[in-house]
Amino acid sequence: MERTTLDMWVGAFVVGGVIALLILAFKVGNLGGYDGSKTYKVYGEFDNIGGLKIKAPVKSAGVVVGRVSAIKFDNKTFRANVEMRLSQNHQFPKDTSAAILTSGLLGEQYIGLEAGGDEENMKDGDKFKLTQSAMVLEQLIGQALFNKAADEGGDKKTAQDGNKKDVVK
Amino acid sequence: MPHRKVGCGPRTIGHAVVNGVARLGYASRFFLMTLISSGASFRRIHLTIREIYFSGVMSLIIILVSGLFVGMVLGLQGYETLQKYGSESALGSLVALSLVRELGPVLAALLFASRAGSAITAEIGLMKATEQLSAMEMMAVDPISRVVAPRFWAGVISMPLLAAMFSAIGVFGGYLVGVVFIGVDVGAFWSQMEAAVDFRQDIVNGVIKSVVFGIAVTAIALFEGYDAPPTAEGVSHATTRTVVTSALVVLGLDFILTVFMFRGV
Repeated sequence: MERTTLDMWVGAFVVGGVIALLILAFKVGNLGGYDGSKTYKVYGEFDNIGGLKIKAPVKSAGVVVGRVSAIKFDNKTFRANVEMRLSQNHQFPKDTSAAILTSGLLGEQYIGLEAGGDEENMKDGDKFKLTQSAMVLEQLIGQALFNKAADEGGDKKTAQDGNKKDVVK
Repeated sequence: MPHRKVGCGPRTIGHAVVNGVARLGYASRFFLMTLISSGASFRRIHLTIREIYFSGVMSLIIILVSGLFVGMVLGLQGYETLQKYGSESALGSLVALSLVRELGPVLAALLFASRAGSAITAEIGLMKATEQLSAMEMMAVDPISRVVAPRFWAGVISMPLLAAMFSAIGVFGGYLVGVVFIGVDVGAFWSQMEAAVDFRQDIVNGVIKSVVFGIAVTAIALFEGYDAPPTAEGVSHATTRTVVTSALVVLGLDFILTVFMFRGV
C-alpha cells in the first residue's frame, strides 16, 4: 500500500517536470510559434546586414512568414548572402523586395518583405531582385551632418554669393 | 597523524597532494563501478522510484518557492534597469533567458546539493558507520548496485525535472511582478520572450547543464558518504564536504559548459 502512494507522488513529480519543460519549450521558447516543416528557401543579397542574426524573423506586413536560416559572405561580390526559409503557406510575387528593418529603437533586426505585383510567385532557390540594407547608425549620422553642412552652405551661398567649394568643406 | 610535528610543512603539503590525487582516483573508480553496476536500478525500478521520491519529490517545495522568489526578484531588478532605457518590454526575455540559461540549472543544483545531496551523504555515511554496508556484502548483496546506483540514477533523473520546474515557476514569478504588479504590457512580455528564447540554443542547453549538474552533485554526495570515516565526526565532515564541493564543482562546470554553449556568436 505504501508503495502505491509513493509511486503516485513520483509519477506526479515526473509529470510536473515534463509539464514544466513543455511550458518552457512552447510558451517561453519559440518552438510552437512557427511550423518549420514545410518551407522553401529564398536568397537575398545585401550590402550591409547590420546586426541581423540567424533565426531572425522574416516578416511581411508585420506577420512572421519565415526565418533567416544562414548568413554567408560572398567572396566575389563582397556582399552578404542571406538565406531565408519561408513557410509554404505564404507565396510571394517574383518582384517582392526585402529590407532589413529594426523593431523599435534598439530592438532586434528582422527582414521585412514588401510584396510586388508580378503574376508569377517566387520559387525555391529564387533571389530577391530588390534589397535594402540595414541602416547603420554612423552612416545615418554622417549623412545628417553632411546634409546640415550642405544646407548651411546653401544659406551662406545666397548671403555672400561665395563659391560652393569653400563652404561645403 | 604522524606528520603533526613542527617544521613538517612541506611534508604536510606533499601528504595532502598525494592524498588528494589518491582520493580522486578512488572517486573515479567508485563512479565507474556505480555506472557498471547500475543495471539493477532499472531492473528493480522501485528502488530508483523510492529514491526519486526522497531526493526529487521532497525537494519540490524548496525548489518551487526559491524559483518563484528568484523570478520575482529578477522581474523587479530587471524592470528597474530596463526602464532607464525605455525598453521594459524586454523584461520577459531578460527573465526567461537568465532563468533558462543560468539561474534555473545552477540554483536548482545548489539547492539540490544542500537539500538532497547532504541527506544522501549522511544516509550512506551512517549506513557505513553502522556496518549495514558490510552486512550486505556478507549476504552477497553488492551495496553499490543495491544502495548507491539507485540513488545515483534518482539524482540524475530528478535534477533536470527540478531545474525545469525552477525555470518555469521563475518565469511565472517574473510575470507576476512585471505584468501583474508593475504593469508591463502582457503581450510584449510574452512575445519578446518567445522571440528571444530559442528551443535548441537555450532550453536544450539548460537541460544539458542540469543533467551534468545532477550527475556531478549526486556522484559527489554518494562518494563522500561511501568514503566517510565511520564515526559521527566523519559523517558530519563528509556532509559538509558534500555541500562545499558540490557548490564549487557546479559553479566551475557551469563556466566550462557556458564557454562551450554560448560563445557570444
